[in-house]
Amino acid sequence: MMAWLLHFAEMVLETGRDILPIAAIIIGFQVLVIRKPLANPHKIGIGFIYVLLGIALFLEGLDMALFPLGKLMATQLTSPEFLGQAITAPRTWQTYGWVYVFAACIGFATTLAEPSLLAVAMKAEQISGGAIRAWGLRIAVSIGVAFGIALGTFRIVTGTELYFYIVVGYLVVIVQTLFAPKVIIALAYDSGGVTTSTVTVPLVTALGLGLAAAVPGRNPLVDGFGLIAFASLFPIIAVLGYAQLAQWLAPLPSKR
Amino acid sequence: MEATGLAMLKNNRFIKQLFSSFLDLLPIVVVVLFFQIAIIRQPIPDVAHLVTGTVLVILGLALFIQGLEQSLFPLGESMAYAFARKGSVFWLLTFAFCLGFGTTVAEPALIAISDEAARIASQGHIIGDSDNARKSYALGLRLTVALSVGVAILIGVLRIIRGWPLHYLIIGGYCVVTAITPFAPADIVGIAYDSGGVTTSTITVPLIAALGVGLATAIKGRNPMIDGFGLIAFASLTPMVFVMVYGMLR
Repeated sequence: MMAWLLHFAEMVLETGRDILPIAAIIIGFQVLVIRKPLANPHKIGIGFIYVLLGIALFLEGLDMALFPLGKLMATQLTSPEFLGQAITAPRTWQTYGWVYVFAACIGFATTLAEPSLLAVAMKAEQISGGAIRAWGLRIAVSIGVAFGIALGTFRIVTGTELYFYIVVGYLVVIVQTLFAPKVIIALAYDSGGVTTSTVTVPLVTALGLGLAAAVPGRNPLVDGFGLIAFASLFPIIAVLGYAQLAQWLAPLPSKR
Repeated sequence: MEATGLAMLKNNRFIKQLFSSFLDLLPIVVVVLFFQIAIIRQPIPDVAHLVTGTVLVILGLALFIQGLEQSLFPLGESMAYAFARKGSVFWLLTFAFCLGFGTTVAEPALIAISDEAARIASQGHIIGDSDNARKSYALGLRLTVALSVGVAILIGVLRIIRGWPLHYLIIGGYCVVTAITPFAPADIVGIAYDSGGVTTSTITVPLIAALGVGLATAIKGRNPMIDGFGLIAFASLTPMVFVMVYGMLR
C-alpha cells in the first residue's frame, strides 16, 4: 500500500509537471497583461486540483489494467501461433481477419472513453443549445476512428502507400465540406484532432508496431506509424456524414 | 439541515458522474474481455489488477470532468472575455502563441514520438549514429512541432477575430500537405502524419476549445458554433507541414 501511494504521488507530480507550463502561461498573462483578479480563484483552484488528480488516477488506472492487457492482445493477435499457420504458408490479407475486427473494436471503445473528446462534445452540446447531442457526436467520432484504424491495419498488412489513403481521405473531406451544413464544419474538423490522445495513442501505437513486426516484409519503424493519422482523418468524414444524414432525414430547426 | 441537504446533492451529482464515467469505460472492458476470452482463449493474467485499475480510471475520469466544468472551461472563457474587453489584438495573439507552444513542448506523447523519429533517422543514415546527433534531432523536432502548434493557435485566433471561413484555410492546408509529401524523406512521412494527432493533450483541448468559443461569443458578429471551433483543427494540421519541412531541411 505504502509503495503504491508513493508511486501514485510520483504520478501526480509528473502530471503536475506537464501542467506547469500551462499554469505559468495563464498566471503570467493574468497578472501581467490582463491585470484583473479572477472571478472565482478559489473554485478554479480546486477545480484545477480535481483535473490534476483526475488525470493522474486515470493514467495510473490505465497503466495498471488496460494498457498491459491491450498491448499483450495486440501482440497475441498478430503472433504466428494465433494465426495458426506454418510460416511458409502463403499469407494474404485475409489471414489477419481478427486483427481488423480487434482494431475496429478497440478504436471505437477507446475513443468513447477519450477525455478530450468528452470535453469538446460537452462544449458543443452546450453551445448548440442541445441541437448537437454529446452522445451522438461521440458515437459518430468513434465510428470514424473504428473504421480508420481498421483501414490503417489493412494498409500495414498490404503494405500500400500511406500517402495514397490520406490524399483520397482529404478529397472526400473536401467534397463533403461543400455539401455539409455550415454549423457542423468547424466541429467536424476539430473532432479529428481530439480523438487521439491519452487512451487511444498508446494502444493504437502498440497495435501498429506489433502488426508491422509480425507481417513479413514490413519494417515496424516505418510501416508501424500512420495509424494515428487514420484515426484523425476518418472522424472528420464520419461527423460530416452524420450531419449530412441528419439533415436529409430531418431538416435542422432554423439556425440562430 | 440545509448543509447536509447540499452535501447530499453534491454527492448525488458526483455519483451520477461516476456512473456515466463507468458507461464511458464499459466498451473498452467489454472489448478486451471478449477478445481475451472468446478469440484468444487465454485466461486474464491478473484479475485483481484489472478491477482496481478500472475503478481508478472511472474515478479519475469523473474527477477530471468535475474539474473541467469547474475550472478549465470557465478559465478559458474568462480569459477570452478579458482579452476581448481589453481589445489588444497583439496581446491576444501573443497569448495564443504561448499557449500553443508552451503546452506542446512539454507534451509526453510528443517527447516519445520525437525520440522514436530520431532513432529512425539515425538508422536511415540521415543523421549520424551517435547519442548526441539523436538528441539534437529529437529536440529540434520537438521545438518544430511546438512552434507549429503555436503558429496554428495564433492563426486560428486571428481567424476568429477576422471571421475568415475555416474550410478554405483547412483545405488550403491539406493542399500544402499533399504537395510537399512527395518531396519529404519517406521515413519521416508516417511520423509527420501522426504528429498532427498527438499534439493536443487532455488539458490543452478543453482550454483551447473554451478560449475559441469564448472569443467567438464575445466578438460581435461571430457565431460560436461556426467560428468558435476550429482551433484544434489547425493544431493538428500545421505539425504535419512543419515536420515534413524539418525532415527536408535536415
